[in-house]
Amino acid sequence: MNVGIVIVSHSPKIAEGAADMVRQMVGDSVPLAFTGGNPDGGLGTDMAGIMAAIDTAWSDAGVAILVDLGGAETNAEMAVSLLDDARRDRVVVCNAPVVEGAVIAATEASGGSPLDVVCRAAEEIYGAIAP
Amino acid sequence: MNDAGPPATRTGSIVVPNAAGLHARPAVKLTQTAKGFSSRIEFALAPDGPWIDAKSPVKVMRAKAAKGVTLHFRATGADADAALSAMLELAASGFGEE
Repeated sequence: MNVGIVIVSHSPKIAEGAADMVRQMVGDSVPLAFTGGNPDGGLGTDMAGIMAAIDTAWSDAGVAILVDLGGAETNAEMAVSLLDDARRDRVVVCNAPVVEGAVIAATEASGGSPLDVVCRAAEEIYGAIAP
Repeated sequence: MNDAGPPATRTGSIVVPNAAGLHARPAVKLTQTAKGFSSRIEFALAPDGPWIDAKSPVKVMRAKAAKGVTLHFRATGADADAALSAMLELAASGFGEE
């Protein structure tokens, strides 16, 4: 089973749009979920929403989370810490831009790569890994 | 089009036919196709490199190969023949776009 991808943005439109790009460019072979906005419908992120998205995109191969700014990362990390023991070690928040990272991570995941390789591919966008 | 290289290395080249070139969507397709093979697959914009890992989506997108550019492929491994054919076929189809 391929690694799943979760997209977390402060904006529900960005989260949905990034997911659209993944679906159109990469296809349906990768479990995918997105969440954006706070519970009131404004800009922000919601830990419960992130946990639900992880659940939706769950894969035994793990889940890579792509986030945008500050609070998205904090909330995503908190959501991961609240997962049960069996799942916690198989979820990673990638250090990559949310839109490009989601497409690249999903492309890598669609080839059957393991979680660390999926995340590293997305992180290459920032030059975190020398080419 | 195909030149037999040293054992288990196959090389071939093709001109990028589609208007938008090797932009994001074709780059994803190229990467996905390459990942279907166990061989090491690389391409370059010049016959002598520098060689780009065809299985790396970021590196493939960075190549920014435009329409009319010649892509030089090389595949090394047990399924090198099939890998090279698939890459050339995909490129010839305009990466499924045209």
